[in-house]
Order: sequence, then C-alpha cells, then structure tokens
Amino acid sequence: MTPDKLARMANQIARFFESQPGDQAQAVADHINANWAPAMREEFIAHHAAQELHPLVNAALPAIRGRG
Amino acid sequence: MKDLIIPDGIHGPKLSDMGTPAKSGAPVTLVIDGMDVTVPEGTSVMRAAAEAGITVPKLCATDMLEAYGSCRLCMVEIEGMRGTPASCTTPVREGMVVKTQTEQLARLRRGVMELYISDHPLDCLTCAANGDCELQDMAGAVGLRDVRYTPGDNHVETRAGDGANPRYIPRDDSNPYFFYDPSKCIVCMRCVRACEEVQGTFALTVEGRGFDARISTGTEDFLNSDCVSCGACVQACPTATLQEKTVEEIGTPERLIVTTCAYCGVGCSFEAQMRGDQLVRMVPWKDGKANRGHSCVKGRFAWGYANHSDRILSPMIRESITDPWREVSWEEALDFAAEGIKAAQAKHGKDSVGVITSSRCTNEETFLVQKLARAVMGTNNTDTCARVCHSPTGYGLKQTFGTSAGTQDFDSVEQVDCAVVIGANPTDGHPVFGSRLRKRLRQGAKLIVIDPRRIDLLETPHMGEGIHLPLRPGTNVAVLTALAHVIVTEKLYDEAFIRERCDWEEWSDYAEFAADLAHSPEAVEALTGVPAETLRQAARTYAAAPNGAIYYGLGVTEHSQGSTTVIAIANLAMITGNIGRPGVGVNPLRGQNNVQGSCDMGSFPHELPGYRHVSDAATRAIFEAEWHTTLDPEPGLRIPNMLDAAVAGDFKAIYIQGEDILQSDPDTHHVAAGLAAMDCVIVHDLFLNETARYAHVFLPGSTFLEKDGTFTNAERRINRVRRVMAPKAGLADWEATQALANALGAGWSYTHPSQIMAEIARTTPSFAGVTYELIDHMGSVQWPCNEAHPQGSPVMHEDGFVRGKGRFIRTAYVATDERTGPHFPLLLTTGRILSQYNVGAQTRRTENSVWHDQDLLEIHPHDAEQRGINEGDWVRLASRSGETSLRATITDRVAPGVVYTTFHHPDTQANVVTTDNSDWATNCPEYKVTAVQVALSNGPSDWQELYEAQTKLTRRVEAAE
Ligand code: SF4
Ligand code: SF4
Ligand code: SF4
Ligand code: FES
Repeated sequence: MTPDKLARMANQIARFFESQPGDQAQAVADHINANWAPAMREEFIAHHAAQELHPLVNAALPAIRGRG
Repeated sequence: MKDLIIPDGIHGPKLSDMGTPAKSGAPVTLVIDGMDVTVPEGTSVMRAAAEAGITVPKLCATDMLEAYGSCRLCMVEIEGMRGTPASCTTPVREGMVVKTQTEQLARLRRGVMELYISDHPLDCLTCAANGDCELQDMAGAVGLRDVRYTPGDNHVETRAGDGANPRYIPRDDSNPYFFYDPSKCIVCMRCVRACEEVQGTFALTVEGRGFDARISTGTEDFLNSDCVSCGACVQACPTATLQEKTVEEIGTPERLIVTTCAYCGVGCSFEAQMRGDQLVRMVPWKDGKANRGHSCVKGRFAWGYANHSDRILSPMIRESITDPWREVSWEEALDFAAEGIKAAQAKHGKDSVGVITSSRCTNEETFLVQKLARAVMGTNNTDTCARVCHSPTGYGLKQTFGTSAGTQDFDSVEQVDCAVVIGANPTDGHPVFGSRLRKRLRQGAKLIVIDPRRIDLLETPHMGEGIHLPLRPGTNVAVLTALAHVIVTEKLYDEAFIRERCDWEEWSDYAEFAADLAHSPEAVEALTGVPAETLRQAARTYAAAPNGAIYYGLGVTEHSQGSTTVIAIANLAMITGNIGRPGVGVNPLRGQNNVQGSCDMGSFPHELPGYRHVSDAATRAIFEAEWHTTLDPEPGLRIPNMLDAAVAGDFKAIYIQGEDILQSDPDTHHVAAGLAAMDCVIVHDLFLNETARYAHVFLPGSTFLEKDGTFTNAERRINRVRRVMAPKAGLADWEATQALANALGAGWSYTHPSQIMAEIARTTPSFAGVTYELIDHMGSVQWPCNEAHPQGSPVMHEDGFVRGKGRFIRTAYVATDERTGPHFPLLLTTGRILSQYNVGAQTRRTENSVWHDQDLLEIHPHDAEQRGINEGDWVRLASRSGETSLRATITDRVAPGVVYTTFHHPDTQANVVTTDNSDWATNCPEYKVTAVQVALSNGPSDWQELYEAQTKLTRRVEAAE
C-alpha cells in the first residue's frame, strides 16, 4: 500500500467528519480503526510525516491504533 | 407433468391457472354446481369455480391478466340472469347460483370451438405444443368431435385456389428464443395484454378486425420491434403461435423444479421445466413472491451458457502464467493450490493471503469461503465484489437505521404513490421490478428520477406525472440535501414520525444543517445543473405523497460520496415518515443476484456474518466455539488494499470464487499489476475469465442449475436454488471450497448445503429461524427470521428502527477529486443494459448478444459535433488512467458534457479508463464519474490489441497426454 494512497483515504474520511457534530478527530480515528487492517494503519502511522494531511487527520493520529 | 418439486403447504391442491387474478375484498358466498363457495368480493365467477376445483372451459382468460371476455367459451348459466354470461368477466355476488355445465352450455361451447378449429391447422400430432396446448385441451373438454365447416377463407393454408393465400403470414423466427407462427393464432389477445399489463412494453397490437384480425409488432418482425424478449406473451399464449424454440427442439417438459434466477438482484423464481436431465425451458413461477410469474429475457431465456463449449470442466494448473494450462485431477489441483497458500503464509505471514467471495454464488458457498479465510487461513482478508457496488449501502443504512438492508418487499411497490428512482435504470438493470413499477405508474403513481441520463422509465406508456432531475455526475449529495432543504424550510416534514421514531436532538442538528441557505436548490443549481424550480417541485411531490418510496442503484453508491448519499436517502425517508409500512421505504436495487446474501454472509473483512464487527468479542466467541479456533479481532484487507499490498510485495496468494475482478474492478492496469505480483492465484469459475489470465490454478465452477443452496435478493428474500442436473465438472462450488479447505487441513464434512444453512442459523441471529424446510414450506422467507419473526419480515422497522431511534446525520457535499479540466473536459458515467449482465461472462455466451453485440459510447449531439463524430464512428475514450476505443452513438439522453457507456464486453475494457477514486467510507470505486476526453480514432487502441494478443497467449491449454 502506498503511503500517499492511505493519506488520500484518510483525508477523504476527514472531509466527511469535518461537518459532523461531536468529537471529529475521535470519529476519524474510530472509522480508521474499525475499517483498516492493522498493516495499513501501521504503515500509515509510520509514513504520515511525509504526507499532506487534513488537520483532522493530524488530530486523529494519536488515537489511531497499531496492531493489538 | 409428474414429479414436481415445488414448495408445499400454503396452497393446497390448486389448478395451474385460476383464470382471472386473485382479488382482496369482503367474503362473498355463492353456489356453483350445487357447492357453496366463498371468495373475496370482486372475484370472477370463473375464479370462484376454480377455487372449488371446477374447471370452466376458457381460452382468452388466464390468471396473469385481467379478464377480457372475447372467446365466449367460458359462458355459464346464472339463476335470474338472462342468457349465458361469460364467467371470466362476471363478478361474484352474494347468493348467486351458477351452473357451469348444462346441455345448452355444452352445445354453445362446441359451436364456439368449431369456429376456432375451422381456421386452425389440424397438425396437432406434429405441433410443438402437442400436449401443452389449451386449444387442444378445450376441444377435448367441450367434446368437439367433428368440424362442419368446409375449408374456405383461412389463415392456415399457404395457397388459396390457384394463387398464394393472401391471409397466410409466414412464421417469424427472428427472435433467437421463440417463434411466432400466425397460422396458429386464435386472436385471444392474451399476448397483447401480457405485453401491456405484465411487461409494460406495449410492443404488440392487433391489426385488422373480425376475421382479419392479426397480432402484429407493427414492424417487420419481433427482433426489429420494441419487443424486449421478456417472454410474457409466450407464456400467455394458449397455442403454439408464440412458443419457445427449445420446446420445439427438445419436446414438452415432463417434470419441473422450482429454483431461482442467477442473474440480477430481483431474484425471480422459476420453474425449471425438464425432460430427463435436459432443461427445456424456464417459466417464471407464479407463486414467486419477487416476480409473481414474470421475468426478463435473461432469466427466462439466457441460460444457454450452462452448456456452452467455453465452459472449463477440468481443473487446471500451471507454474507460471506464461505456461500453457495443464489439465489435472481435482486432487492434484487442490494440493497444488493448498501448497501455494501454505508457502505464501510460511514466507510472508498469515495475512499475505486472502479470498474473494462471489455475489453470484449461493449464501452457503459464500459463508464457506469467508469461513475458509477466517477459520482455516486465519486471516480476515476476505472481501466480495459487492464492495464494488453496494458497500456504501451497508455503511449508510447501518449508521442511520441500524441494519444494512432494504426496508421493503417488492410487493410494496403496489402501494407506492410517489416513486423516487435515484441512479438506477430499473427497466434495464432490474427488469421485473421495472415492469412492476411501470404497472403502478400506469395506475397513477408519480415518478421522480434523479439521474444524469433520461432513463426509459420516464417514457413509460400511459404513466402520470414524471419529474426528471438531470444532475451532473457526482452531485448526488448536493441534490438530495437540497431536497431536504426544501422539505425542512417549507415545513413539509412529518414531525409526529420524527418525534416518535427518531432521535430528536440529532434531528434538530440535521434540520439546522439542511435549512442553511447554502443548501437551497437555488444555491446549488449551478453546481448540480438541476433547475431549482424542478427540484422544489420534486421535493414537494415526494413529501406530499401518502406513500413515498425511494429506489436506488449503483448511480448512488459508486461515487466518492456513495455512503454520504445513502445517508442522505435515509434522512429523506425519515423526515417524511416514509419508513415502516408497505408502499414506502428505502430500497437498494442490488446488482448481481446474491449481492445481499454475500454481504449478509460475512464477506467483508471487518464484519462477521450478520454485520457484526470482528472486534466484537461476544460475536467472535460464538464462531470460535462453532469453529474450534481463535479469530483475529482486527479487520482484514479489502480488494483494493489486497491489490495494493500485492504490488508492494506483501500479499501473495488469493482464492477468487465466481468473480472476474480484472474486468469488474476499476483501474484495470492496477488490478493487473496486483494479480501479476502474486505467486498463487486460484480462480474458481465457469469460464477462463479475464482474471484467469493471471491465475495459476483454475477450479471449474458449477452453474446454479447444478447445485443446491439459497440466494438472497434485494428484498432480503431467501430463495432456494435447487439442483436440476449433476455438476458438469464433478463438484458443486461448495464442495470444491470444502475440498480446498480440507487440503489445507480443515477437516470439514458437510454433505449437503442445508447443513451449512443450519450453521448460519446457529451463529447469526437474523437467520436463527431459517431452515430449508421453512423455505420449502413458505416458498421463500425474508430475514430477519427468528423467534420474534418466525415467518420472516416483509417490511422492516415497523415498530421502531433496528438500532432503536432513527439517526439523522449531516450530509455535506464534498466534490470528488475527479474533475474535468482542459485535457479531460467530459464526464463519463457507466451503466448496464437489459440483455447483458454485468461483465457479460454468461450473457455474452447466449443469443442475447443479438441485442447488444458491443459496448457503445453515448454522446450528446453538441459534443459529438464539436469533435466531428458521427453515429457509429470509432472513438478514443481517454482518462488519466488509460484509454480504450469503442463506437459512438449520438443521443440527447445524456446532457452536454456527459458521456455514458456500459461495461459488458471485455474488448471494450471500459475499466481501463475508470480511476482508483473511491467512496470515503467503504472504498467502493467511483465508477460513475471519470473525467475523460473523446476523439475520433481508427479502431481498437494499442492496449486493446496488446490485450487481445495476451489473451491468446494466456489461454493456451496443453494438449492432453
Ligand atoms: S399469438 Fe397466442 S396469445 Fe396472441 S392472440 Fe394469438 S393465440 Fe392468443
Ligand atoms: S416478449 Fe415481452 S416485450 Fe416482447 S412482445 Fe412478448 S410480452 Fe412484449
Ligand atoms: S435477471 Fe433479474 S429480472 Fe431478469 S429474470 Fe433474472 S432475477 Fe428476474
Ligand atoms: S375465457 Fe371468458 S370469454 Fe374467453
């Protein structure tokens, strides 16, 4: 999986939640944790620095889990 | 016919044709031939007699059609009424006393029959309908023994006197599946009425009057007429005038087995009518609750692929995809496949392998494939091609209503007052539903179509008001939110419903969001291309209808905002209170036959069967106890992610059952690269499909005629698939999957799919009450079927939403990344047509290709003129992803700036052009919007030629030793 594709997916998720009420960053993290395989999440966390991320994704990063 | 395998129980003994349609009304009791009979008010005397087991002779009446009263054969005597009224057109009355058989009646009926027979060929012994002809039966029933008329004017003889008989019309064989032999026609008009009332196409008329009357398509022949070959007229015809060619070739059937169509999500029930183990014809089953005795050309006629010579009947293997295929035994193929999987896992970890389940295979087969991944391979890497069509439905409806399924049954359409059809083309994609909807539109229901293209439904003959919102592709959310804006700001919403059923706080938040002026029809008009006034009118019409129902298809889901659009649809249904009773609801029209079932059965990497997340320990515990293993609590990879991982070198082996991802998934180049990077690709299919060019193992599949199981259609209806012949390759698909699992050491021992269903019922609450016995007894059952709903659930959310309170969610419009620009100024959207199905692997191998032998690019006259394109020209279609060539057709069905094509033919490779954009929530690919350029070209593109050459190379099979 290429890091830029993962970043694009994360940004898309953020653009949905940016208009929702409630804790948006948590919602982004929850969505990613529930739907992405651990390998994808780990790769994303490892390479996020080089990507252009939506502010909400940056805010969600600490809540995105690696495996287990 | 003897030896019927049809569901028992609910009907009791029954005549095969009751003469006129069933009615519902207050009970009325009358006396027929001395017997008391009680039937609903409005029932005909003929049907009342049939209910009592009394057959009244008839020719022009059949229970699929309203009575017409033209043949007069069905006359009866009724006390206190003069003459001999026709029983088919006479409604019952309380206390009526009817005689169906008297000397007078017998004499009159013989007279009627004599007239018919005098203008009918007497070649019964050699007629294709011999033994299956109502005219013949009636001649016997009325005791006709001689015909007094001497040959005179007739429609039967080719010659009259010295010259040709001007009345004789030769047989029309133009339709590939049925013939029309006018010499046998008795002008009962059943065919004309079937085409109008049942199918809604109005392709047939009667030309001439009295003795000269003949049935006509109004054109030279059937093939060149408006006829869509649904076969309703053939089924209705009492003689051999309109008849299946297979009956002529093989003979009349001798037994029948009820089964389910394997094409689209309507899930029509059919009688497979057999002679020996040969299928003679498929006749829609009148008690089938999805189709009520109707079908389309695919289900009724296009089953010839089952016997096509392209079918691969032996397992095959090869070390490398450049090697020719080697035919081997099942055992050798399965061991080879198992070794491939084990080697990948040993070297690259357990998550380096995965499976793809099929939305064409049965529930039981799908369940086994995902079980193979989770329990045997130990990974949640399972996905399905439903991903590429309806995964946003799963997400959107689960978030709002609490469950991932349509809310209604198809019968519900009979009570709809306003149908909203969004991103679907039912007359082509879901034809039987299309016919049922058209029937309702002719009765006056209103229609709102939200689609970039002017679909045929808008041109339904004799329909009432129709509103078309021709939106720009990719702006669904903006249009639907604008509809909500109108309903909220004009206070057209159903406050009582919202208060009772939905979360009030979420509603208030949503109402505030929708009321924002930025979402008004006027504000979004420039973006969506939909005139504000039309949009307001549509909103008012939907909100005002006593029963408003939304039907939607892939034009909703296959967008970067597919899930948001589904949420917007659910919001609309909730604000107008259109949930929880017949005639309303949110109805996803599923593409392939078992999309619903494959989603229900846990095909998705994050969900166990029944839509329960893999992280839910209680659910995992149920399966862990059943399967004696531990399950991974983390979601697995989706198809696009599997391919990405393969390209990155982390994903090495895949088992693909009954899907052709190379052709059906977007961005063909990327799919090809992913497959090429794997060490062991196992394709399990009927044909060497496009994906199989990258395969190392080919396992031959079985058709729906060769196995037992169930399909679940778009209305959650679980229908039985019944084996009518032995699997041609030796193993039904579920048996092959079991053998593969066992080669991996699983130790499974299912001997019949009913045992798999029992396992599903044990583990999945919404299926708890489902058994084959129940389905056999009821004909079909709609989940949820459990203790609370022992007979299943035709309508969902009746007393409250599955999740408790309905949830409103804001739906902000986000433009897709796919934008037009100077290089790619047009928007491509894709769809399907009636005679072909999905990637066409089956339909292309039938005579259906006479209607659609290639994919065409629809382009507006304005755009065509700018580019110098004429009708039928080869054009080059290019996007950021790739290019292909196909022929153009010029039409104003599409708006300027929009082009449209289907994706049924592999040589077109429309998905070479589509991009890897996808839905934000589910990664459902964005098929419906691609920025493209179109220009004249000389013929197939380089890629197509290369592909063609490669096809030859990768399909070689080594000569048998
Ligand atoms: S073609 Fe068949 S159904 Fe039609 S009018 Fe003639 S006999 Fe009747
Ligand atoms: S096959 Fe269907 S569409 Fe064609 S004439 Fe018969 S009823 Fe009409
Ligand atoms: S393709 Fe669909 S509409 Fe046609 S017969 Fe089959 S299930 Fe019915
Ligand atoms: S069956 Fe009643 S008039 Fe023909």
